[in-house]
Amino acid sequence: MDEVQLFLANIWFVLIGLMLVFYVVLDGFDLGVGVLSLFACDEDRRGVMMASLGTVWDANETWLVLLGGALFGAFPLFYATVFHALYIPTSLMILGLVFRGVAFEFHENAVNKRPWGLAFGGGSLLAALSQGAMLGAVIAGLPMEGERFSGSVWHWLSPFAGLVAVGVVFGYALLGSTYLILKTRGEIQRRSYRRAGWSALITFAAGALVTLFTPLMHPGVADKWFNWPAMAWIAFLPLTALVAFALLLRSLRRRYETAPFVYSLLIFVCSFAGLAISLYPYLLPPELTIVAAASSSKTLVFMLAGIGMLLPVMIIYNGYQYLVFRGKVGAGHGESGSEAAGNAGGP
Amino acid sequence: MEWLSDTVFLSRLQFAFTAMFHILWPVLTIGLSLFLVLLEALWIKTGDHDYYRHARFWWKLLLLNFGVGVVSGIPLEFAFGMNWAPFATATGDFFGNILGFEAAMAFMLEAGFLGIAVFGWHKVPRAVHFLATCMVALGASLSAVWIMVANAWMQTPAGVLERDGEFIVQSYAAAIFNPAMPSSVAHMWIACLETSLLVIGGVSAWYLLRGRESAFFLKSFRLVVIVAAVVMPLQLLIGDEAGRVLAEHQPAKLAAIEAHWETNRPGQGAPWAVLAWPDVAAQDNRWALEIPDALSLLITHSRSGRVQGLKDFPVDERPPVGLTFYSFRLMVLIGVGLIALAWWSLWCFWRGDLRPERIGRRRWLLRSWLLALPLGYVAVEMGWITREVGRQPWVIYGLMRTSEGASALPPASVATTLAVYVLVYGLLAVVFLVFARRLILKGPNLQEPLPGENSGQDAGTAYG
Ligand code: HDD
Ligand code: HEM
Ligand code: HEM
Repeated sequence: MDEVQLFLANIWFVLIGLMLVFYVVLDGFDLGVGVLSLFACDEDRRGVMMASLGTVWDANETWLVLLGGALFGAFPLFYATVFHALYIPTSLMILGLVFRGVAFEFHENAVNKRPWGLAFGGGSLLAALSQGAMLGAVIAGLPMEGERFSGSVWHWLSPFAGLVAVGVVFGYALLGSTYLILKTRGEIQRRSYRRAGWSALITFAAGALVTLFTPLMHPGVADKWFNWPAMAWIAFLPLTALVAFALLLRSLRRRYETAPFVYSLLIFVCSFAGLAISLYPYLLPPELTIVAAASSSKTLVFMLAGIGMLLPVMIIYNGYQYLVFRGKVGAGHGESGSEAAGNAGGP
Repeated sequence: MEWLSDTVFLSRLQFAFTAMFHILWPVLTIGLSLFLVLLEALWIKTGDHDYYRHARFWWKLLLLNFGVGVVSGIPLEFAFGMNWAPFATATGDFFGNILGFEAAMAFMLEAGFLGIAVFGWHKVPRAVHFLATCMVALGASLSAVWIMVANAWMQTPAGVLERDGEFIVQSYAAAIFNPAMPSSVAHMWIACLETSLLVIGGVSAWYLLRGRESAFFLKSFRLVVIVAAVVMPLQLLIGDEAGRVLAEHQPAKLAAIEAHWETNRPGQGAPWAVLAWPDVAAQDNRWALEIPDALSLLITHSRSGRVQGLKDFPVDERPPVGLTFYSFRLMVLIGVGLIALAWWSLWCFWRGDLRPERIGRRRWLLRSWLLALPLGYVAVEMGWITREVGRQPWVIYGLMRTSEGASALPPASVATTLAVYVLVYGLLAVVFLVFARRLILKGPNLQEPLPGENSGQDAGTAYG
């Protein structure tokens, strides 16, 4: 394999990892708010929760679309194998995202808001569960014969996938509740502190189990992690996550408003960086390596010019959008609610 | 019910259904967002606040439409991997890359500014808001460009070399600017404009017929009439060009669209069938209403130009004939009808009838616009059926057959997802129509507070 190709494939592995983190964190808090909205006691509260996402959910979901396109372009074999193998959970995820997505406008326009409130919450939960199951199935590995997936449509279903799904749902709930702490006040905020605490504990437990099982499933991963000089470097990640977790619990107890969200983000970033290191140099352990799945060098360079260069620009204008709508959400919902909210709560 | 156990067929049906549903929404997003740029520019330039209120009114419809457009696009983004894994593996190098471009350059841009354009009226300065509206419109149009590049490449693949069953790009310029690309992009984009003009014009005509806010809706109606007078005829020219590209690069498709069986002999022109009853088994038309030499004239611009007939192609390389023949004719009929509508309206405008005190005389014009409201959608669907069914049996024309591109999935899985899509999309369409109707019945808010003004809701500083 020539070195240029190797280098380019690795760059794209990193870029795609970056997009994945952006997606998981950003749509993670969206979906998390959705899951939590299932526990909201009335439609008004649910309306406020939805209003807190009104300006950003579409941009956040677009990271998934970007991720899909970039995977298809940079690692076609991986894209084809994974989505073929995960036909059922991907369909479920899409179904969830469909209901979650239309719910924003439909809830706003509906007279009877309840069904769309449920579509929002139920759709978010379904999407989060399916994403977790998909992630679990990819970590566990998919059987291939030549260039084709050779398992059954139910191959993805396993206790491990279930474990990861639980972890992801509660992880999203953690992000969602800390986001609500940041964006709301009063009763919703008070409840979010409690929910954040629970979610954090369960996420942590699930994360610990996944970290334990992954090396057991893949000897290659174990070699990498438990190998002396390397271990000292890699251990940096779980240690940071651990510290962030402790700080998170403390900030929740002290009723800080911004810190819990920041620590939750940090936990997510560490987890995904750890995952990427575990998988490397595979995309699908133990079958498919990064290089074997990659497109031609020419395409990788072309994509770097067209997509890679745009990443910072995208981050800037998406960031600007967050800046414009910073501050608390008001009591109203939908359009006027968000406008009022921003005005009333702006620093 | 044999087809229920045929995965390839089910996957094709599912792709057709989900794509045909998806396309209904972007056409309006693309055209309406450009109209909103126009409205906002007019507002800033003339200071006439009616344009601002128009913008706020149409944004509501756009947003409702946008939600369904986005969610119905997501299944397509993953469908290539899910239902078309061998196709995806073979084409990722170019095709996948282009989808990535679409997401990065178009969708992100659109989504990244949407929040500001919708919710930011009172929060950012006017110039920034206008920029946001422009970016949303630019993003929407760019997404049409990139997706059409990808689709045109499936029609007339260029710039790639096959290596171990994968199509590796040799020249990006050749692949992007493949022969079908310019006319496809232009034709699709103009179709979006046409469809949106019909929606805006039709809704405005509805208010005018009822005498509701006539002065207000004449503003949008006149804008529509002016733009339509240019755009509608343009489509005929581009469509003609698309037909010529077909004759050169996809002759079997052209022959099927025209139900043209025998290649005309040298010196003799090929007739154009206005209507026909194609009989695939007999390889002929049972009957046909024909205009002599017209097909040669249309395609080659000469009376006896050579147009290849279907019989020149092996039976297993011929696309279905009847469906393509009639969907094509319906599209062209609509296209020609729209030119007539646009010019009639222009004539009324010129006669000074598009003014509040005289519009009452033109009830038939307004009724025609109301009736024409769905025609853009119909033409778009017909055009796509022509294009995609006409491409069969190839998924990449001449290079890869559709049957080779499909994932080996159990038919029951695909049948189930297809059924779910049909149910869910049916529900979404109905709910959308209910809400859209409600928005329209409610009408614009002519008291809509201007940015910078105080209102009950938006207490506080406008530019805070
Ligand atoms: C408002 C919609 C609309 C209207 C009025 C027309 N078209 Fe169209 N047509 C489309 C919307 C469309 C489309 C849905 O956008 C298609 C499908 C794919 C594409 O590129 O454009 C299309 C495809 C399409 C194709 C097939 C291209 C292919 O298979 O590669 C041809 C030859 C034409 N058109 C020609 C015409 C002509 C001669 C028209 C006469 C006025 C016309 N169209 C009106
Ligand atoms: C949005 C407008 C579109 C509509 C309405 C549409 C319609 C259709 C239809 C009717 C079919 C079924 C043809 C058949 O199997 O007989 C089909 C198949 C297909 N189309 Fe499209 N299409 C659209 C856009 C696209 C675009 C932009 C692409 C590529 C980027 C694309 C790629 C495909 C593929 C891969 C198949 C399945 C393989 C096949 O049946 O040939 N379509 N589409
Ligand atoms: C000619 C055909 C098509 C056109 C003009 C088109 C255009 C658009 C536009 C303008 C949007 C933005 C949402 C909206 O406006 O409602 C959109 C959404 C989307 N489209 Fe299509 N599309 C076409 C076909 C396809 C196909 C075949 C795919 C599959 C790859 C696809 C994938 C998507 C996705 C994933 C979204 C959601 C993007 C988001 O999250 O913002 N589109 N499309």
